Amino acid sequence: MSGHSTYEPKTGIERWLDTRLPIIRFGVDLGDFPTPKNLNYWWTFGAILGVCLVTQIVTGIILAMHYVPNATLAFDSVEHIMRDVNYGWLIRYIHANGAAMMFLAVYIHMFRGLYYGSYKAPREVLWLLGMVIYLLMVITAFMGYVLPWGQMSFWAATVITNILGSLPVVGPPITTWLWGGFAVDDPTLNRFFSLHYLLPFVIAGVVVLHIWALHVPGNNNPTGVNVKSEADTVPFHPYYTIKDAFGAGVFLILFAAFVFYNPDGMGHADNYVPANPLVTPAHIVPEWYLLPYYAMLRAVPNKLLGVLTMFGAIGVLFVLPWLDRSKVRSMRYRPTARIFLALFLLTCLVLGWCGAHEPDAAVIPGVGPGFVLVDYGINTDVWLSRLGTLLYFAYLIPVQLFLPLFETPLPVPESISTPVLSHPASVPAGATSAPEKKG
Amino acid sequence: MLRKAFAIAAALGLAAAAQASLAATTQATPKDVHWSFEGPFGRFDQEQLQRGYKVYHDVCSSCHAMHLMSYRNLGQVGGPFYDPKYPNPNDNPYVKAIVQDYKVADIDSDTGDVIHRPATTADAFVSPFANDAAARASNGGSLPPDLSLIIKAREDGARYVYSILTGYQPAPAGLTVPANRYYDPYMPGDMTSFWHGAGPAPTGGFIAMPLQLTPNRVTFDDHVMATPDQEAKDVVAFLAWASEPHQSERKQLGFAVMIYLVIFTGLLYASYRRIWRKVAH
Repeated sequence: MSGHSTYEPKTGIERWLDTRLPIIRFGVDLGDFPTPKNLNYWWTFGAILGVCLVTQIVTGIILAMHYVPNATLAFDSVEHIMRDVNYGWLIRYIHANGAAMMFLAVYIHMFRGLYYGSYKAPREVLWLLGMVIYLLMVITAFMGYVLPWGQMSFWAATVITNILGSLPVVGPPITTWLWGGFAVDDPTLNRFFSLHYLLPFVIAGVVVLHIWALHVPGNNNPTGVNVKSEADTVPFHPYYTIKDAFGAGVFLILFAAFVFYNPDGMGHADNYVPANPLVTPAHIVPEWYLLPYYAMLRAVPNKLLGVLTMFGAIGVLFVLPWLDRSKVRSMRYRPTARIFLALFLLTCLVLGWCGAHEPDAAVIPGVGPGFVLVDYGINTDVWLSRLGTLLYFAYLIPVQLFLPLFETPLPVPESISTPVLSHPASVPAGATSAPEKKG
Repeated sequence: MLRKAFAIAAALGLAAAAQASLAATTQATPKDVHWSFEGPFGRFDQEQLQRGYKVYHDVCSSCHAMHLMSYRNLGQVGGPFYDPKYPNPNDNPYVKAIVQDYKVADIDSDTGDVIHRPATTADAFVSPFANDAAARASNGGSLPPDLSLIIKAREDGARYVYSILTGYQPAPAGLTVPANRYYDPYMPGDMTSFWHGAGPAPTGGFIAMPLQLTPNRVTFDDHVMATPDQEAKDVVAFLAWASEPHQSERKQLGFAVMIYLVIFTGLLYASYRRIWRKVAH
């Protein structure tokens, strides 16, 4: 951890413990950690994700007490939780919606990093660890989706595991190994349950590394300017504990609205039909948070290349710190980059929309598929997905490499305090009664 | 009516038009019905649940199982026969009376023989068939789906099931209806290969269940007129309750949680403003 420790053991037992296991010092230092004073609400999503992870682990442990990982019993055991376990319906709905809420939070957290350049030196390792957490979240969420053993569970497992089978040479044996047999069945369910229980603890471990890597360079901030003096910072506690708590409160209101009033809104009706290997649902779709990747997978006519594109879409984010050539961290001072990032966000949303629809669905309804280009009409979902995939990679590779050569950034402030002090809301006259403005 | 069904299907817009081109599976948009149990403050009407259970008991249960339901559920909080005098549903006299009609397959613990013992309130609903194969054999090869979760297992399930039950229509001229199948525009299906008339194939599909809900098919104990529409609405309400028996409890608890969270978050905001009041940022 950076910065010097201000902890002074006061009692004999504290001094005794401090020379053996300075755990109190550790806690105090975490609380005192100097944090830029200009962090806005987008910075609360780190703490919100911590709340989400703990919620998922606690509810998950309780669910595991009642769930039975057996292909013939799993579906009914979930319904047993819904019907007979005291508040089982609440625990399960929190867990199921909590996964989606955690992805919502992680996407906001990642876009905040993209906007304010939080992945740039010296925070590359912090970003890499974050990407590892995200990848683990995707795997964990996918395995969790399989556990209720409904129709979508079973067929999602079938589609995703078959995707790996397209890898040359190693693909088929890997698939058989994952299945524990020659089709998705009881052994698959058992190992997915085991891993679904394990991986959240791995995530928790990587989160510790992520926070460690955060505490070495310290937080980035909306200006992207390094902390210059103590005047730029406030102690983490109570300033950011309270701000994060407020952010988490607002987030929990949205979370509770889903849990209590639309608990199946993000799910699919087919998953209340028990898994049936002999009946394929009309439309197999993943949960909303994976739809953009699903669209990319289907955009490429070749299965192997589609798989590589899909994995590449996540992989390229890992190397983003080295692709971005801009010296300016925060997009607050990069108006052109801001437009590109907005287009990138739009691209991701459009890809998500594409992933939810059939590949040959018309994009503009009532016009027909239009001129057939190669395999599909141009007014189809698949061509929009292809455009989206192209724009996705265009933003992450050429735009990152070459935009800095052409853009003119705005002047960057000297320090964090400079723009703060010239902020209209904090003009010294009547400063005591001036309303606080978060910038 | 069929013309109307077409118009509705056309109005489905993007989704329907898109899907039609690939699978050609079509179905009419479910009828618009208002349910008392919808919305954040929706509640089940207990009398309607009782009538709905009667429809299930007298009509549906001869073919459709509900294996996730137990008799005791009928007397639990929010259930059709809940009575505050009997907090333990196993003591509820209605529930105890209902189970007297059922026998449950079991093993005699003294002899090991297969026996049929009287059902208890703790038993799951007795299924009409011993297994799926027996169910198919008795129903022309079709499996009557278990109804425990039917409302949650279909998109817009309450309207969908209501529409299927009340949507039977004589097959239009030019449509070849296979033996033991019935035409219902609200059933998803692809009529292309059965259609020999002019124009596009009709919307909807075939269903193996004949029309069930006819006038006075059941006699309601509260003297509500047993019209097909009433019977369908009541049984759908019962099935919606059975799909998630705790849903009213969920909404009630949700209301308290939302109020709590709003106040709590308001206090957090006030604390936040107070703590930060001396920091220029």
